[in-house]
Amino acid sequence: MTLSHDTDKLTEHLFRHESGKMVSVLTNIFGVENLETAEDVVQQTFMDAIAVWKLKGIPENPSAWLFRVAKNKAIDVIRRNKHSVRFDFSEGPRALLTSEYTLSITMDELFKDELIKDDQLKMMFACCHPGISSESQITLILKTLCAFSTAEIAKAFLTTEDTVSKRLYRAKEFFRNEKVRLEIPSVEELKNRTNSVLRAIYLLFNEGYNSTHSQEVIREDLMDEAMMLCKLLAENRYTQVPEVFALTALMCFHAARSKSRTTVEGEIILLPEQDRKKWNHPLIAEGNRYLNIAAFGDEISSYHLEAAIAFEHCSAETFDKTNWMRVLQLYEWLCRVAPSPVTELNRIIAFMQVKGPAAALKEVDLLENKKSLKSYYLYHALLGDIHSKLNNRADARSHFESAIQLTKSRAEQKVLYHKILALA
Amino acid sequence: MKEYLLLFRGGDGATVQQSPEKWQEHMQQWMQWMGKLTEQGKFIGAQPLETTGKQITGNKKVVTDGPFMEGKEFIGGYLMCKADTYDEAIEIAKGCPILQFDDGKIEVRELKSVHP
Repeated sequence: MTLSHDTDKLTEHLFRHESGKMVSVLTNIFGVENLETAEDVVQQTFMDAIAVWKLKGIPENPSAWLFRVAKNKAIDVIRRNKHSVRFDFSEGPRALLTSEYTLSITMDELFKDELIKDDQLKMMFACCHPGISSESQITLILKTLCAFSTAEIAKAFLTTEDTVSKRLYRAKEFFRNEKVRLEIPSVEELKNRTNSVLRAIYLLFNEGYNSTHSQEVIREDLMDEAMMLCKLLAENRYTQVPEVFALTALMCFHAARSKSRTTVEGEIILLPEQDRKKWNHPLIAEGNRYLNIAAFGDEISSYHLEAAIAFEHCSAETFDKTNWMRVLQLYEWLCRVAPSPVTELNRIIAFMQVKGPAAALKEVDLLENKKSLKSYYLYHALLGDIHSKLNNRADARSHFESAIQLTKSRAEQKVLYHKILALA
Repeated sequence: MKEYLLLFRGGDGATVQQSPEKWQEHMQQWMQWMGKLTEQGKFIGAQPLETTGKQITGNKKVVTDGPFMEGKEFIGGYLMCKADTYDEAIEIAKGCPILQFDDGKIEVRELKSVHP
């Protein structure tokens, strides 16, 4: 009983951690157009593992066992498809897979440990191909590199499994039709392509940091995966651009605070009330190291600025001791580098800390695109806070109520209810 | 560019097969040799052959077992490649690891166009 329970737990753990690597290596061998075949091989390998390990016990090096079985299955697939049009063996080392003289030894080469990270990186670039929509990019990343099931992806993004399956289907069709290749983009393309990978990682992390779609406010699994992927970029010499380090720093700072952001029951604790002792200080230090590395080059990206803002919060002893002037300056800079309504609203939050609620209200009035902001919950939450500080209870209440209408998150609704109750 | 068939005889390398490390090293050499051809776009295909075989002869289609030859006589495998001349094809063949064995032998044949 215990043995089989252990086997289940171990295979589940290994599936999370090894299957993304295995899919990447196999996709590099079969070609992106055969991503599904790669996924099938991995699936079958894990089914074998469960069956064999239950019977014979867990091998000494389970990961090596998995890779060896996957390699043998891949050799079978290649032998079966040697003459199939589905596989393109016309180029480079792949031509050697068609000959029995070189099939096995070429597979050994392609499965070498030191190539795995490159393959994962190439896979990431393929998933974030500019021809694929950003929702589908994240869906693909979670499915192929992070071993999420369609059900898990559907849950994380509050959508149906059907929608997730359709996204995956379309993306795979795109891979086939466009003959996308698994490669590190050329030097000319690298910057743009790296930026789209970073954007997908950023979105993935944000979804974990502040789940807009899920019942839980924080999804640490999504945050962990995003950080793991970004570290792959940070470790590869082709993709060591400053933005990569800045984003890693940003994620370290945010992740460091996640334990203090909710109660045990999953309710939100706002920044002023957070117990700063619970912050993960080694992770903050790690973020700091990344932020220092990110300082090379002459471009300041939005990731640099967001990381710098997060650093200000992390390094403040208490909420009141926060250097709000510095935070405000950074937000003003961020509004110029990456203008967006959300950034504007966040800037005004910092502005209010420095100049007070009356001045902040005037700033809100000056905002452009107010029409589009009116459908955004943060706009109303901010106005609610401003009016509440100005003692305009009726206005505050009506804005908080609008905000409640506009957010899907139970936990956020609860915070807003508390704010209404505090007005009385 | 013309096409050539390289027929391999002998060179089964019994000594090499006895040690896994030596075998691995030998197969690495095959990979390097064939890898170079794929890089140059000259590789068409290659396969080793089983030592078993049958022969079918004449309009009576008589089937016999065989070839019962000595190891070094029967064809152990083939490779097809592109080359401009016999000289080039011979140069390619000279790089084949089978020639590390004294009994290794390669027959180089140009493919014939039957169509006029």
